[in-house]
Amino acid sequence: MSATAKTLTLHLGLLAVLFALQFVLPAYHHGNLARIMVLASYAVGYNILFGYTGLLSLGHALFFAAGMYGMGLTIQYAGFTPAPALIVGILAGAVVAAALALLALRTTGVAFLIVTLMFAQAGYLTILYFGEYTRGDEGFVIQAFDRMLWGIDLSNPENRYFAAWGLFAVCLLLCLRLVRAPFGKTLVAIRENEERVRMLGYNTFAHKWGAMVISGTISAAAGAFYGLLFGYAGATFASVQYSIFPLLWVLLGGAGTVLGPFVGTLFMFYLIDLSSGVTTAYLLIVGVALVLLTLFAPQGLTGELRRRVWRWLP
Amino acid sequence: MTLLSTRGLSKHFDGLKAVTGVDFDLEEGEVRALIGPNGAGKTTLVGMICGRIPPSSGTVQFDSADITALPAHKRILRGMAYTFQITSVFARLPAAENVALAARRRLQGDAVDEAVDDALNRVGLLDRRDEEAGNLSYGHQRLLEIAMGLVQRPRLLILDEPTQGLADSEIDAFKALIRELSAEATILLIEHNMSVVMETADRVTVLNFGEVLAEGTPQQIHENDAVQAAYLGTG
Amino acid sequence: MELGPYILLASLEGAVTAAVLALTAVGLSLVFGVMRVVNIAHGEFFMLGAVIAWFVAQTVGGHPALGFVAALVIAPLVVGAIAAAADMTILKRIDYDPERTIVATIGLLYIIQQLTLMTYGPEARPVEAPFNQRLAIPWFEWGEEGFEFYFPWGLSTTTYKLAVIGAAGVVLVGVWLMMARTRIGLLMRATQADRDMALAFGIPVERVYALVFGIGAALAALAAVLIVPIQQAHYLMGADPLLLSFIVVIIGGLGSLPGTVVAAIFIGLSDGIISVFFSPTLAKILATLLVGLVLVFRPQGLFGTRAA
Repeated sequence: MSATAKTLTLHLGLLAVLFALQFVLPAYHHGNLARIMVLASYAVGYNILFGYTGLLSLGHALFFAAGMYGMGLTIQYAGFTPAPALIVGILAGAVVAAALALLALRTTGVAFLIVTLMFAQAGYLTILYFGEYTRGDEGFVIQAFDRMLWGIDLSNPENRYFAAWGLFAVCLLLCLRLVRAPFGKTLVAIRENEERVRMLGYNTFAHKWGAMVISGTISAAAGAFYGLLFGYAGATFASVQYSIFPLLWVLLGGAGTVLGPFVGTLFMFYLIDLSSGVTTAYLLIVGVALVLLTLFAPQGLTGELRRRVWRWLP
Repeated sequence: MTLLSTRGLSKHFDGLKAVTGVDFDLEEGEVRALIGPNGAGKTTLVGMICGRIPPSSGTVQFDSADITALPAHKRILRGMAYTFQITSVFARLPAAENVALAARRRLQGDAVDEAVDDALNRVGLLDRRDEEAGNLSYGHQRLLEIAMGLVQRPRLLILDEPTQGLADSEIDAFKALIRELSAEATILLIEHNMSVVMETADRVTVLNFGEVLAEGTPQQIHENDAVQAAYLGTG
Repeated sequence: MELGPYILLASLEGAVTAAVLALTAVGLSLVFGVMRVVNIAHGEFFMLGAVIAWFVAQTVGGHPALGFVAALVIAPLVVGAIAAAADMTILKRIDYDPERTIVATIGLLYIIQQLTLMTYGPEARPVEAPFNQRLAIPWFEWGEEGFEFYFPWGLSTTTYKLAVIGAAGVVLVGVWLMMARTRIGLLMRATQADRDMALAFGIPVERVYALVFGIGAALAALAAVLIVPIQQAHYLMGADPLLLSFIVVIIGGLGSLPGTVVAAIFIGLSDGIISVFFSPTLAKILATLLVGLVLVFRPQGLFGTRAA
């Protein structure tokens, strides 16, 4: 089999398995997997900027929250139905990402990281400041009767799973397509040596800007779907923790691999799920995982797999 | 026809004069060597020509257009190619992808693969196309750099110390390659190795303390007393 | 209370904030300046200082001053040792790569915070101040009967707060003396100027790094011990000092100690005064935006000089 055929088989195979799982999983894991697929979509978006372009952002919660609140607030206060509300959410994320990228990409390295962190923090505080509408940390519930998409009740677990699967499938295939296209390959080259890419005649700023907009838009889509599928929007999702989570998932699964974000999210979700039965300090696991990953497996699970076994893995 | 010309090109770093008032003309089709002692401002001058370094004053004309204000990537698109002094191939990408990145500026689809294989073949690296660039020997990385330059089909190919660190046999192959390339592109060569300069260049420009000290055929330069003095540190 | 006395009160409170902030931020700045890494766990070292101060004060008993003085010595030492150990086991092994260091210190942040939650618990606990006399402050005004002089209600400070300001000043002078006048300061500055050169001259760069990381954390812990009689110790208290130190270090010019101190005073005072007019949330929004924009448009900081 050629590398392309193997790649397609693997990724479509994963999507088929995930689709089939909904018929066999017990209710608890069924619900978990729906959540994981939405969060993994978020990680896929994060990975495009971090894994493929080499830009470490600590501000993606801003995009996730832009999607979530763009969707939630229009349903709550403008009486939108889910379809246009989702579009508003995704557009909100795209606009925020486009604007932040213009500023943040003037810096590099650690400064880029702090700039994204600061603007995301300002976004989080803004949500708290307008607590009258956003209900701050407490958040607000999106009622079941507001969650009818084209006559499909998204508060129903089966439909919810299907919607989450659809979102994840679109994000995964989009990412796969992107990294095999010239644009994606140029991003990888920028990650490796930006100055060299510039001296090959590429406008590297425009490429990085494009990567950040795509990354932010996917993150916003995940945020919008998360709010809609699980019926809740809260300021926690805009906090710095939700910028660190996708970083952790991607690092764990393997930065710069298409499957890494899903693997990392799945693994971390169940790790936290299991440990929260034992202790309330489940974030300890997050901390230990971050330290161990930087020390021993900077390539992540999928990255190690690519290094040792499947060299063709995208 | 003049392909490239600079007028009064200068660069000052915090009061340090790296390049001062350089007027430099390059005819289409020639091979020009740029030589000078270390710290003479060669890389700074070339950096201003290809847009890596903004000049403090002066202008750069390329193909009869003023490009002084253009960013580097737009200059490259107009037909310049630049290979780095310090080898900076994409170490974790395959050799072929290195060249493909350069080729995709002007080609699409299958034409990219063809051009890549052709360029790798010309520098003698075709059998290593799928190897990670970082695993290639130093000499091969230098050749890969040149393949990345020539796949762009540039009108002006700027090579910054291409033979630095090469073995003698590799240098001989390089000289042959330059003579072959000179049929299709104008070449500006920063070079320390005098045998390469003598055997490949049509004309030589000598830079010293950021100023043009002399210009002429290799023979003229070889016999120039001022150049001798600058290199030997006398006079 | 009228506006004038109110602003005076806000400035006094601001001066206390500024003093503590300056210590914390100088710790962060020192680490960034010498080691060129950003320590995200810095706020947790601050928190550890406060929590350890509580433990020490509990254990020592007797007059509050005894426990407090013991905490003043023990907390920075313990926190400094923990930080130096983290440096040697983690940061050294990833070769101080800037981005991986950030990820690792985020991990460290969670580990310290959650371990504190598991052992110390979620409660906020006070430490008694060693002395705490209330000082009323007079206010002057031109009234109908000429120059008047009175004590507005609520306009007061305490001897302890004044002592905090003084102590922070003494420690900052100490840090400056250490950097400028001692051999270890010389080693630090040499390492900061050129790591490879320092290595070539036989400076034990790794030990200097561990020491700097330890001193940086110890300064944060010291600041926390000073503030803990005013604010209670809590396992989540590290977030605000971290954010504020970041703001101060960036506005002051990354790695510049004098710039950091000037910025700390500026931010501490304005934080107090701004919160008279704006809600604290709005003040924080403005501050974070300011930091982001400074980094984008003036990376050398507002008061920035490059050298420390």
